[in-house]
Amino acid sequence: MACTAETLAAALRAAAAVIAEHRAELVELDRAIGDADHGENMDRGFGAIVSALDTATPETPAAVMKLAATTLISKVGGAAGPLYGTAFLRASVKLGDAAEVDGPLLVEALRAALEGVQARGKAVGGDATMVDALIPAVSAAEEASGSGIAEILSAAADAADKGAESTVELVPRKGRASYLGDRAIGHMDPGARSTALLLRAFAEAAK
Amino acid sequence: MKKIINDPKTVVAESLRGLAAAHADVLRVEDDPALVVRVDAPVAGKVAVISGGGSGHEPLHGGFVGHGMLAAAVPGAVFTSPTPDAVEAAVKATTGDAGALLIVKNYTGDVLNFETAAELAAAEGLDVRSVVIDDDVAVKDSTYTAGRRGVGGTVLLEKITGAAAERGDTLDAVEALARKVIGQVRSIGVALTAPTVPHAGEPSFDLADDEIEFGIGIHGEPGIERTAVVTADELVARMVEAVVTDLPFAEGDKALLFTNSMGGTPLVELYLAHGIAERLLAERGIVVERRLVGPYITSLEMQGMSLTLLKLDDELTELWDAPVNTPALRWGV
Repeated sequence: MACTAETLAAALRAAAAVIAEHRAELVELDRAIGDADHGENMDRGFGAIVSALDTATPETPAAVMKLAATTLISKVGGAAGPLYGTAFLRASVKLGDAAEVDGPLLVEALRAALEGVQARGKAVGGDATMVDALIPAVSAAEEASGSGIAEILSAAADAADKGAESTVELVPRKGRASYLGDRAIGHMDPGARSTALLLRAFAEAAK
Repeated sequence: MKKIINDPKTVVAESLRGLAAAHADVLRVEDDPALVVRVDAPVAGKVAVISGGGSGHEPLHGGFVGHGMLAAAVPGAVFTSPTPDAVEAAVKATTGDAGALLIVKNYTGDVLNFETAAELAAAEGLDVRSVVIDDDVAVKDSTYTAGRRGVGGTVLLEKITGAAAERGDTLDAVEALARKVIGQVRSIGVALTAPTVPHAGEPSFDLADDEIEFGIGIHGEPGIERTAVVTADELVARMVEAVVTDLPFAEGDKALLFTNSMGGTPLVELYLAHGIAERLLAERGIVVERRLVGPYITSLEMQGMSLTLLKLDDELTELWDAPVNTPALRWGV
């Protein structure tokens, strides 16, 4: 399936539905180590993306991503707003004026998103953040870059799931969870979980 | 969960409407984005001191908007920092040629959003600086955490920088003063119960009846250690020890002692604790010259308290005493 502005917008709508469905789960993960708002904030942000897509018709994949990025930055707040907003914004810049995204361009956009998140949040792998889902996802996407969009996203989502799972055993070193130190061991990072959920939603939508 | 609300989604907006109704002589409230702005803003020739953060910490920050303190406050969703466009809107509503100082608590979300807002405002040619307060001694300050949290010291910082701005200090001077205050204020907090965020519907951590959380922040996140309930004497001694030894405060130092309720602890217990803290500080030769006792930076309805100690000199004392007219602090006017 070709990735056009239209299909990307549909994928974002699907992602919003997945986030809404998992809102309570994300709140619960955040309640354990943070302040119980991640599910609420993500649901508010992606709900706003759906509303934005209802009223605007961005013409390129990059324009769709930019609309999503600015919506997340202006509606989410917390740490998730600037981090996901930056991720989407960097991906949008990488997509340029392409009318359709192919495998290699998708992989570049994912790489740019990861670099944006790391630049803004200054987290590295092993800090127990969304980066622990994104790093393996981008690596898996790079290995699969010769395949189709759906296969690349599917490989990325699988790797992100494992990456999110790996945060359970880690001591958080960024964000509010870092104040807990060893007491946070045994809890999955909510940001890593939402990253995995989003990549899975995109992969399913690309099928 | 029992709360006096209509809908978790409209709690902040409805609360701000009430704040505006109660204090229309001092401040006005804007929505979308939500802002609390002093009624006479922008005040010509004066630095705008602006702060903000998640809602649920009332009267912080909206209750400190007015003459002698904040030019504007930017409330986010409950326990969630406001977005950059809201902070930028607050800057635009209050900032003239004298510039603005943003007071940011060291929480990742606050830092990221205010940082972005400062960049946006600077791009529009406004002179905006920010300072990050990190007074919580509970958190180990190392490269392996996000650094110390900003907690109770924020209230004192807003009062003192607001007074400096009101007397006409330059942005350079207000910023330098803010850094000085941040350098000599320390806090510690404890929780007896967890707060319930309206949209979450259940307490933000589970705590048995005979347990307390030592070293908490202000967002219902668990503390650094869970211990058994102890007497007030033991608890306050441990808190004073943590704060005093950190800076450290030394014999002969003059200080402001701020004993704060996290929202659910009544004044009878708060004054009790304050009395113990004053006595313990006196025993160490620390001279408490100014006090603040009450719920000023809260965590919804959480039972618990925090102690904040600020080292005073003549300048800080004079600025603390300067007239202030806000919903939550009012004297000298």
